Amino acid sequence: MSAVELAPHGADTDKPKAARGDIAWRWWLVTPALIVLLLAASGPLLIVLVYSFLEPGSFGGVVWNFSTEGWFQVFFTRDIFDETVAPATAHLDIFWRSIKLALYTTLITAILGFPTAWFIATRAPDVRPIWLFLVTIPFWTNLVIRTFAIQEVIRNEGLVNNILMTLGITSAPIQMLFTDFAILLGMAYVFLPLMVLPLYASMEKLDFKLLEAGYDLYATRLKVLWHIVLPLVKPGFIAGSILVFIPAIGAYVTPRILGGGRNLMLGNLIELQFGQGRNWPLGSALALTLLVIVVIALLFYIRSTAQPEGRRHG
Amino acid sequence: MPSSTTRSDIEVEKLSKIFGSGEDAVRALDDVSLTIPENEFFTLLGPSGCGKTTLLRMIAGFEQPTSGRIKLGGSDIADLPPNKRPVNTVFQSYALFPHMTVAQNIGFALKMLGKPKAEIDETVTRMLKLVKMEPMANRKPAQISGGQQQRVALARALAPRPRVLLLDEPLSALDLKLRKEMQVELKRLQAETGITFIFVTHDQEEALTMSDRIAVMSAGKVLQVGPPREIYNHPAERFVADFIGDTNFIAAKVERANGRSATVRLPSGAALDAGLPEGLSPGEGESVTLVVRPEHAKLAADGALKGTVENAVYFGTDTHFHIRLDTGDLFILRSQNAAMPNGLPDTGDAVSIAIPEGAVQVVRG
Repeated sequence: MSAVELAPHGADTDKPKAARGDIAWRWWLVTPALIVLLLAASGPLLIVLVYSFLEPGSFGGVVWNFSTEGWFQVFFTRDIFDETVAPATAHLDIFWRSIKLALYTTLITAILGFPTAWFIATRAPDVRPIWLFLVTIPFWTNLVIRTFAIQEVIRNEGLVNNILMTLGITSAPIQMLFTDFAILLGMAYVFLPLMVLPLYASMEKLDFKLLEAGYDLYATRLKVLWHIVLPLVKPGFIAGSILVFIPAIGAYVTPRILGGGRNLMLGNLIELQFGQGRNWPLGSALALTLLVIVVIALLFYIRSTAQPEGRRHG
Repeated sequence: MPSSTTRSDIEVEKLSKIFGSGEDAVRALDDVSLTIPENEFFTLLGPSGCGKTTLLRMIAGFEQPTSGRIKLGGSDIADLPPNKRPVNTVFQSYALFPHMTVAQNIGFALKMLGKPKAEIDETVTRMLKLVKMEPMANRKPAQISGGQQQRVALARALAPRPRVLLLDEPLSALDLKLRKEMQVELKRLQAETGITFIFVTHDQEEALTMSDRIAVMSAGKVLQVGPPREIYNHPAERFVADFIGDTNFIAAKVERANGRSATVRLPSGAALDAGLPEGLSPGEGESVTLVVRPEHAKLAADGALKGTVENAVYFGTDTHFHIRLDTGDLFILRSQNAAMPNGLPDTGDAVSIAIPEGAVQVVRG
């Protein structure tokens, strides 16, 4: 019966030609999206790839001579006086900082997002959409404005320090702005909904009878969480982690505004090469390095989701 | 059958459960008291919404009583959370853990109890054998059939050897053939393990075939508790007679009541001896309702009831006669075909119905 419902044109199976024509026609439906992807993603990416193998122009732009200097500068520096080659520790530090901050952001949003998503998933079905709607409210305001708002709250003369000093808890303001803490706070705030929504989606599908079965079979609350809930909402964690980690590692606005000039992340470093640095090939090579890190992270996630499945059946 | 010397396992005392409050309050369970001895196959039977599942969930610890007490082996378990009660549940939907194998599901409780791995493995192997699921040990619940999932759910709940096993309509998702098989299987498991089973169902046939004793429930109350034969042959309440099996209700007047039996007079003028439920002693001339099972009544030359055949439905082994009595009531009579080789009455024929002694019961309500 369901097969009939799924294929309203029941004659499709009898007329393979008509079915093929139908599928060919459906391909046309995706062409607008494909064109946009080709022009806006693959095209620029190709340009960046080409630029990374050219020489920098004196006032920005590129000179069309093949060179691997851009890629070389990603990882090494050459002393301007004696030409000694040394690892580009400044760059590597920023890579490491970016990966670290993105991982921390993912961890913080996961820890904060889990109870939030759980709260929403355990509400009555008719009020859940309201809570989900509330989660999306931050998206209503521009990211830059929201980030400046955080700056207002945590700066030395800001809300938090004023309250702490008025209450006499501290005598001098605590330096929060322009630290890694500020960047983490800003990113956790920005990316939290991206963790909550996929977590909620996987919790909503959770059969709560399984939790009762767990309690019934002598599991404590903590053990039910560990042995039943977490394994079953793992897909939500993985989807949320991808959605948070990837934009977090390339974050630009948040570290720029909350990290000041001192605490760069990869996004800021790349921007620097295209702006003040006037070294487009280096900027392009850095951008592609970021892409490689993201792809490696994605492969890692895919492996972590696929492997247990394979092992179970093996 | 439990003897009077066996210890009681579950004692439910004046248990009530009210869901909600104010005008929306629903009394799911109303002053229920029950005693279930060790090693009994006890069934809670009733229509949906009668409170049977609520009672089961309170014994498991998933619901808190509004008032009353639940004792297990003599001690009150009201304050124990589900994971501290030596009671396990087989859920209606099975609730098998989808991310664990069959073997991991069965071993879960023992793992939670911190048993050594060797002991867990040994018990899991024994349980797999008990429910005949050895070849499926490493499958995931999604990779086995509904009937197999049912067996795994049973094995999982039995593995920690609970004092009491609670079964919440565990057979309702199975098809008829599988259900019949599992009825026999459940009975075997109960006998083999010696664990007290409390079985919830709305299926009267299931209750009659499997139980040592049945509690018939309706609207939050227990109406009658007894062995299947007693429930079927001597229902105390109109609801019980109606819910279990097909029944004819006949109005009558009491002539004489004497202990557990009474002489009643039918509107046709015939007098019958009828059984009386415990605690009911109607006065002379009082109107009562009689219950006669369709297969207990017989077509006879000169019976207590007279009427006309409206419909005769042939079922192969027997024939069901729908007879309009002279009083206007409909009477259903089931007659075995082998017993009437000389042709059956036809539609429109006037017939007479004889009711053998011991086949009539007075009911409340």
